Amino acid sequence: MSVPNRPRRSLLGWESTILALVVVALLMGSALHDAFLTGPNLSNLTSNLVEIALIALTMTLVVIAAEIDLSVASIVGMCSALLGVLWAAQVPMPLAILATLTLGALAGFLNGWLVTRLGLPSLAVTIGTLALYRGLAYALLGDRAVADFPPFWTNLGFGLVPGTQIPIPAVAFVLLAIITAVVLHATPFGRSLYAIGANEVAARFAGLRVERTKLLLFILSGLMSAFAAVIYTFRFSSARADNAAGLELAVIAAVLLGGVSIFGGRGSVIGVIAAVFLIGIIQNALTLADVPNEILTIVTGLLLILSVLGPNLAARFKTARQQRLNTQPQGGTL
Amino acid sequence: MKHRTVLLAALTLTLGAAAVATAQGTLKKGITIAFLPKQVNNPYFTTAWKGGQAAIKEIAGVGKQVGPSDAGASSQVSYINTLLAQRQNAIVVSASDTNALVPYLKRAMQQGVKVVTYDSDVAVGGRHVFVSQASADTIARDQVKILAKQIGSKGEIAILSATPNATNQNAWIKVMQEELQKPQYKDMKLVKIAYGNDDDQKSFTEMQGMMQAYPNLKGVISPTTVGISAAARYLSGSPYKGKVALTGLGTPNQMRAFVKNGTVQGFALWNPEELGYLASYAAAALVSGQITGKEGEKFSAGKLGQRTIGKDGVVILGPLTVFDKANIDKFNF
Repeated sequence: MSVPNRPRRSLLGWESTILALVVVALLMGSALHDAFLTGPNLSNLTSNLVEIALIALTMTLVVIAAEIDLSVASIVGMCSALLGVLWAAQVPMPLAILATLTLGALAGFLNGWLVTRLGLPSLAVTIGTLALYRGLAYALLGDRAVADFPPFWTNLGFGLVPGTQIPIPAVAFVLLAIITAVVLHATPFGRSLYAIGANEVAARFAGLRVERTKLLLFILSGLMSAFAAVIYTFRFSSARADNAAGLELAVIAAVLLGGVSIFGGRGSVIGVIAAVFLIGIIQNALTLADVPNEILTIVTGLLLILSVLGPNLAARFKTARQQRLNTQPQGGTL
Repeated sequence: MKHRTVLLAALTLTLGAAAVATAQGTLKKGITIAFLPKQVNNPYFTTAWKGGQAAIKEIAGVGKQVGPSDAGASSQVSYINTLLAQRQNAIVVSASDTNALVPYLKRAMQQGVKVVTYDSDVAVGGRHVFVSQASADTIARDQVKILAKQIGSKGEIAILSATPNATNQNAWIKVMQEELQKPQYKDMKLVKIAYGNDDDQKSFTEMQGMMQAYPNLKGVISPTTVGISAAARYLSGSPYKGKVALTGLGTPNQMRAFVKNGTVQGFALWNPEELGYLASYAAAALVSGQITGKEGEKFSAGKLGQRTIGKDGVVILGPLTVFDKANIDKFNF
């Protein structure tokens, strides 16, 4: 098994780079402002990242299987709007949340169905549903906002675990991250995603049920977006059709920066989580240091380019060195 | 020698007493005030910040403006948290969302930060003071007054509004209709209320249609920035240019050309610079403990004079500013 070993090793290389960058960013942050390394600030920082981090988990699975889901933020908007409409219509909250999650799963199902049954590229399909779901969000709620959610529920969005600085939604994220990591890295299902992403034809010949797996991934992506929508709605105590607009870019940036190959077949959960935090830490530290918004946007853009360039260069460097090693005569000194 | 000591002691006492007296009446020095507009790089908010900054300079405070480049509520929340971490004395915010910011502003207030909203308020309990542009009454009455002046209080008039269910516009139109009942406006007759839906094209064609349906129309009020600029564009290219008066709420940048070419004599809006100026003084008064946000409390607002807090902690800036040929070039928003 020397062939699948090689990309995995180069991947570990990129992950350690990202983790090292997180440490550098933490140091930079504490140097930039005294308030950076304080409980409340780190708590806010984490709280701001929760929705992105959650959706990034399922996006990691989707991209490893060589697909993409651009409609996630629109699903958040649509589900947030539904939650608002149901609550305004006095549907009991647990029931409203259940309906919201169902809508998310259905939206994911439609994406997956179009991709797997009609054989359309997911990039095109989800650009379409990006517009469709956002449109439905406005059809549901218009430009009004539903805001009078009961404190018990909104506290789940922005409250802290009693006696700590840990945001309540972060607990849900940690649990889901562990589940995702185990499923991806330690189950046959997880391994099948790498196989499908690396070579779909080969995976098919090996007897993997490619269509069913991909359909499931899109449903999971929709479901996770709906869950993020519930948290988003409570965190801002505001159901609006334009909620989370543009969030898909932050998610995909984190996934790519985390070392997941845009061509599929490579990536890990830990790399993506580190990347989500790297982006979050840099933005938080620069904001604390009163760096103007334009610079912030430029830095984020550069990070995005780095996210595509970095793993690619790292892989190329590895290959080049491998070739050089191979051409060295055996026993030669280096 | 002894004499001198006594004199000095007396002098010290007097000075000390004077110092105590002024400490109660004046603002603290070095107050940190942060402006958080809906959006940075937006001329309206840049102008408001210019005024806010001027006031902060007058009171020897430390000010800055931060904010998102998109108008999303979620980005404002992360700025509020950052300002809280930076231990600013006061946050002056124009809210993108009435409700989304409230829990975070409440947390800031619990930690001693004073919160002032300007331009766009948050729900009750999310701030100490709201600095409002103008009351609905003033906005409506001033527009009728301006039009009356332009047409000599005589002739048929019409209103070109936003959507038929726009809350602000409907409230103003109601006050305008009451205002027109007054004896000084008895020769002015409101013949039509048209709705351009705050859409440029629709407002343009509505204006066109009105001129055909009511050829004797003397003046139009358009209490919406989209409506007034579309109507001005139509009039400017029509034979009615300079003959039919147009006024309402607009911004100098979008109306400048029409004021200069004689289509529009004058229109109104609040002055965002003064809005920011007043908001800074309200923030400083809160931080210095002069006011708490209760009805009836008074504070001094520099060149704007003494201001009183009204119901629900609202401070009103005052009458609208009228923009015409003489002053329009002084404004850039």
